[in-house]
Amino acid sequence: MTSKVFINIIRFLILVFLQVFILENINLRGYINPYLYVYFILLLPFETPGWLLLISSFVLGFSIDTFLGTMGIHTASSVLMAFSRPLVIKAIPSRKDFEPGMKPSISDLGFLWFFSYSLILILIHHLALFYIEVFRFTDFFNTFLRVVISSFFTLLLVIIAQYLFFKASGKN
Amino acid sequence: MRNLFSYILKQYFFFLFLLLEVIAFSFVLQNNFQRATFLNSTGKVTGTILSAMNNVSEYLTLKRANEKLVNENAHLRNLLPDSYLITDKEEHYSRDSMYRYIGAKVISNSVNHQKNYLMLNKGSRHGIARDMGVITSDGIVGTVVDVTPQFSRVMSVLHINNKINGRILKNNHLGTVEWTGNYYRNGMLVDIPMHVELYPGDTIITSGNSLIFPEGIMVGTVEEYNKLPNEKFNTALIQYAVDYNNLYYVYVIVNLKKKEQMRLEKNPTNDQ
Repeated sequence: MTSKVFINIIRFLILVFLQVFILENINLRGYINPYLYVYFILLLPFETPGWLLLISSFVLGFSIDTFLGTMGIHTASSVLMAFSRPLVIKAIPSRKDFEPGMKPSISDLGFLWFFSYSLILILIHHLALFYIEVFRFTDFFNTFLRVVISSFFTLLLVIIAQYLFFKASGKN
Repeated sequence: MRNLFSYILKQYFFFLFLLLEVIAFSFVLQNNFQRATFLNSTGKVTGTILSAMNNVSEYLTLKRANEKLVNENAHLRNLLPDSYLITDKEEHYSRDSMYRYIGAKVISNSVNHQKNYLMLNKGSRHGIARDMGVITSDGIVGTVVDVTPQFSRVMSVLHINNKINGRILKNNHLGTVEWTGNYYRNGMLVDIPMHVELYPGDTIITSGNSLIFPEGIMVGTVEEYNKLPNEKFNTALIQYAVDYNNLYYVYVIVNLKKKEQMRLEKNPTNDQ
């Protein structure tokens, strides 16, 4: 239990660092901004209590916001994503039964389950994020295009991260 | 009452969500004063971390930064009175100077959002205040929006709500420069009157009509201009003179005559 908490705290710190100092400095024509930090919310254990899920997502978004100087937009969208997570988990049918100790990962629940789970939650997060950022509905389709492209790249990074740390996450 | 409590307790997940979203949106919607207080409390921690990281990455870009500074020094040297053959010393009064420049280092910067901001390693302690212009040797960068004692936050030219008073150098026509929100090298010059001819390569500079930027700071060059026959005002695509993804040192402009100018604008003469 304590090791699980520890691993999640380390993951939190690494993802915030990656986001603020590396991913934010990569830009490809302004349309592609992957927000890999949401990987933290995706990977929180199933048995995480609701309050902890919401509070840790709040702290995550808040950390990103303070570093990027964006006021509250990451906080609001991260909290929304955390709130949707239990609903999404309930909504997606899984071939395997949920067992205690299972983690939301490709190794435990299969590619298709993890893919749809991540896709829906990333879309929710990015939709909220990009529309709160511009705070207007003019350029609606332009913003939507940015949501779709960025979600694709975030998802791609999430899947790559899953395969990179496949072994490590299988053991813990 | 007890029922209400037990209801809230049962539905605590939803109510906690609501509470956190309300807090988050209060950050999004805060006004300038609240934002400054907020930055004052968080800026110390993040500013220190960003400065530390910047010290590391600075080594990697040192060469390019040095080259830029040397070029700029050479340019400034050319402007010294000694560089001119005939010097009319009588015309140089130091107390007539209109602007003072404060050098600062960029410790965080972004170009891939719709609303991009920069953070500088100097603040009110060094004489920086709100609504001061920020430039580099290449051209315009942005406007200071918040200051703390140690740091300041700059609204970049790459901010969809940032509008700059521009002027077409060759014919002195005024226009507004806005960011397209897409690629960080391109902006647009809007409100170009129908009769104005523009060609790729034409220079856009600051108009000097605002109290923020002096006249003649480079903004960019025209990249594409398609005049529509039935439009009274047209839009041109411009390329920014500054590579905003590549900023190290900037100058903050202090307008020494701002108070005097503002006094004039606030008390217009009563004509009647």
